[in-house]
Amino acid sequence: MTGWTDHLVIAPIVVPMLAGAVMILAGNRWRGLAAGLGLASTIALLALSAALLVLADAPEVRVYRLGDWPASFGIVLALDRLSAMMVALTSVLGFAAFVFSLARWHRASVQFHPLFQFQLMGLNGAFLTGDLFNLFVFFEVMLAASYGMALHGSGTARVRAGLHYIVINLVASLLFLVGVSVVYGIAGTLNMADLAIRLRGVAAADRALLEAGLAVLGIAFLVKAAMWPLGFWLPGTYAAASAPAAAILSILSKVGIYAVLRVWLLLFGDGAGGSAGFGGTWLTLGGLLTLGFGSVAVMASQNLARLAGASVLVSSGTLLTAIGLGRAEVTAGALLYLAGSVLAIGAFFLLIELVERGRDIGADVLAVTREAFGTGEDQEDGEPGERDAVGVPIPAAVATLGVSFLACALLLAGLPPFSGFLAKFAMLSPLLAPGGGPPPAMAWVVTAALILSGLTTVVAMVRAGMDAFWISPSVIPVRVSVVEFLPVALLLALCALLTMAAGPAFDYAAAAAQALHDPAGYLRAVLPAAAGPR
Amino acid sequence: MQLVVSLAIGLLAGSGVWLLLRARTFQVIIGLALLSYAVNLFIFSTGGLRTGAEAILQPGEVGSLARYADPVPQALVLTAIVIGFATTALLLVVLLAARGLTGTDHVDGRERER
Repeated sequence: MTGWTDHLVIAPIVVPMLAGAVMILAGNRWRGLAAGLGLASTIALLALSAALLVLADAPEVRVYRLGDWPASFGIVLALDRLSAMMVALTSVLGFAAFVFSLARWHRASVQFHPLFQFQLMGLNGAFLTGDLFNLFVFFEVMLAASYGMALHGSGTARVRAGLHYIVINLVASLLFLVGVSVVYGIAGTLNMADLAIRLRGVAAADRALLEAGLAVLGIAFLVKAAMWPLGFWLPGTYAAASAPAAAILSILSKVGIYAVLRVWLLLFGDGAGGSAGFGGTWLTLGGLLTLGFGSVAVMASQNLARLAGASVLVSSGTLLTAIGLGRAEVTAGALLYLAGSVLAIGAFFLLIELVERGRDIGADVLAVTREAFGTGEDQEDGEPGERDAVGVPIPAAVATLGVSFLACALLLAGLPPFSGFLAKFAMLSPLLAPGGGPPPAMAWVVTAALILSGLTTVVAMVRAGMDAFWISPSVIPVRVSVVEFLPVALLLALCALLTMAAGPAFDYAAAAAQALHDPAGYLRAVLPAAAGPR
Repeated sequence: MQLVVSLAIGLLAGSGVWLLLRARTFQVIIGLALLSYAVNLFIFSTGGLRTGAEAILQPGEVGSLARYADPVPQALVLTAIVIGFATTALLLVVLLAARGLTGTDHVDGRERER
């Protein structure tokens, strides 16, 4: 603890926590205060995460010891390139979703503002912690807030989907606890770095049990990441959620991916001795199955919200497949893909509401009914609060939405000129390059799966886009307020920036992947005494 | 003692899973409660099952790891209990809302067609 910059590491957790607490105190009386405070907090988070990105882009990992206790007695936060990237994505998505909600969604219930802040706090905490049990605690903070967010706006469809979502996540949390306690019972530590070091010296008799414990833990992460067959809950829940809630929920599935990346590569990397690469084949196979299921689900979805939910599955499948291969070059491409897909899916969820608004009121509430009766026939009334679309009509609003939709489609499908294409290329080119790596058959299967999933996404997006913009006439003139369109434009502009600055972005991702695959620096930073030479 | 604790955990977990797979929301919530009891007992048992071990060292005595109750699983189980309480309460509210909105206590919000 020398300079003030050391304390920046904990700021992304403290800022939303304080903001959320003050909002609860402010309650219903000063709604303007809550909105202003939320805006201030999300802007502060943007600035903080930009600072953290700069700080993290250095060889050494920054460790924040709470209470200055040495690691393995006290708890630690660790900031490396991957954590900083995830915190930055959370901040950007949080800012966009929050600004979007200011148009009208935040008025649907008093609890929206504090829940939103606690959601950000849980996400940032999960990305920064260096301790398995704190990962559990931040998962729970994040999930508890997400239960409220998924139900935001109420309505039968949301409550029904929310019930499934809550039960599944509670069971996953119980599995998380079982995994954590098996690990503690055998290794005697929950600090991830300490665990990685002790794993090398675990007796052969205990190794199987420890691996079983970590596999149970992995299942808890993969439920979050929606790997097939653990991800059936996802499209329904995300389709039923309100637009800003769905946008922020879409990064929750990336938390599962992050946890797999962090824990799996730290514990079962090349330095893990007898356990090196444990479960990697399962990750790739699961990822391929998720990719297949997601591609079919994309083609089968009859409305935009479900299409977006299915594209979350596709993106999870792509990432798990790439991570499971266990090669630093492929992981670097996967990290670039992750950044692009978080921004694109967030923008898509926000865009959907604007597009659906022009077609029939309350379509997002009645997603399940629409699924049953097809598109274009819905005459049901929406929520009373959703009728009064506020704001000024933008000239050529439909054209603007159409261009944004096109950008989303290109990004999600991974077509040039956007970053999705570059990231897929970065993932595939090391696989097909001659020399070393996984068996060629696997490389070809992965390549085919990635390209086919892109094709199905293109077909489905084109079909949905034609239906939304050309075939079915608008029931009412589309009224989109600037406050609602700006966040979508911001997210898409960032995607474009990611494409234009692909060189620096890829260097950053490559350095992050290198550090993940060779975690000596992480271990040395968290446990200066015990890490030793490798 | 190990046998009794393991049987209790197994019984709770088995009943919990069975109830969790039932179609009524109330059965699901009771199943989740039983399952979380099983998990809590399981966490507690990872610290080792001992009777009469000291939580804190006795005055005037050199501590020994042989007579020492591991405090970490106790801290973990306390956290898990608190979080479990909160989420179960939340689930109860959602359950009541679903019952009110859909008019049935089926987990899918509608009865199975016969």
